[in-house]
Amino acid sequence: MEVSRGPARPAGGVGAGRPGSQASSSREALRVEGLNARQLLRGGDLQGANQPAQLEGSDLESYVAERLLTTTLEKTVAWARSNSFFPLAFGLACCAMEQFHTAGPRMDIARFGFEAFRASPRQADLIIIAGRVSIKMAPIIRRLYDQMLEPKWAISMGACCSSMGVFNNYALVPADKFLPVDVHVPGCPPRPEALMHGILKLRKMVQDDPDMGWRERYGAVGTEEHPSGV
Amino acid sequence: MPDATGLQLLAAELGDATLETSYFREQATIVVDPARIRTVLQRLRERGYAFLASVHGVDYYPEEPRLGVLYELLDMSSVDRITVKLRVPVDAPHVESVTEDWPTADHQEREVYDMFGVVFEGHPDLRRILMPEDYEGHPQRRDFPLGGEPVIFTRDETKWLEARE
Repeated sequence: MEVSRGPARPAGGVGAGRPGSQASSSREALRVEGLNARQLLRGGDLQGANQPAQLEGSDLESYVAERLLTTTLEKTVAWARSNSFFPLAFGLACCAMEQFHTAGPRMDIARFGFEAFRASPRQADLIIIAGRVSIKMAPIIRRLYDQMLEPKWAISMGACCSSMGVFNNYALVPADKFLPVDVHVPGCPPRPEALMHGILKLRKMVQDDPDMGWRERYGAVGTEEHPSGV
Repeated sequence: MPDATGLQLLAAELGDATLETSYFREQATIVVDPARIRTVLQRLRERGYAFLASVHGVDYYPEEPRLGVLYELLDMSSVDRITVKLRVPVDAPHVESVTEDWPTADHQEREVYDMFGVVFEGHPDLRRILMPEDYEGHPQRRDFPLGGEPVIFTRDETKWLEARE
């Protein structure tokens, strides 16, 4: 799906700013062309007194190529989503202490737009399972995850909820057993840098492949809230 | 702590409810008859040990009787501590609950029940507290399997694949 409006008609400037024409000075040319590009991006089809100059052939193509950024809607949406995760304010154990520090001034995860820790799963789209998950806690976490709106992602933070770490015994259950985990952050506990690296990895994954194929990986096809996908 | 002499006096006062006393590294311990734990704790409370700091369980496997319940008492006016111990066999792990006298024992007795399977008679609500309610077994007993999950790390992935074939 294309964002750009085609066929792009070159829009004339306020003056006689015909692209490629010899403007009286290069500064004026820049100003006029910049204005044209802005109006074009705004979707303005200028119906002014100054009719746009008609371009043809390679002139038209280079004019459009210089002024339009074309991309797919999926990529744009993934870009927006991946730069504004809303993590769930949720911690289980000592990893949660490190998780707080990612939001603190030294790591300052707000630089990337992830600072909006939500208190309700219905407003969050990223769950960071920070700590050890006991068997009794697992259904509660699964419920929180189910309450989050799609698209949603999960980060398993620390050794305990990835490989159960030093607590590999009767009491705990690894996070992969009850929800689809996208990124595992190793460490015991991981430093804030490590968690931030994990979130940035997730951002990269979301940008490359918004759906990341977890439904196929976990055989969860048919449970979509919106069968159409996005 | 009551010193060694004080411990002997205290044990004598409790009479034949006392089975054994020990004084080790300034820690006074009385082992008592499990059937009379409630009266023993009441007597000690009258002597000033008015704060029940902790109730916890021990599995002494392979010794018999296997299960132990420990009550840590504190005299807050003289900062004096004493440990009261009892032992019950694993096939009849019945101990009288002290929750009625010491409300703080409620959750701690539930924990001992959950982890060791000691049944506290007269407890108002003896359910599991840490493990899921449908869990089977008492995981802190020494003959209980450790449990856990085999985890495939990258370093032993090939080993796993070979084992599967």
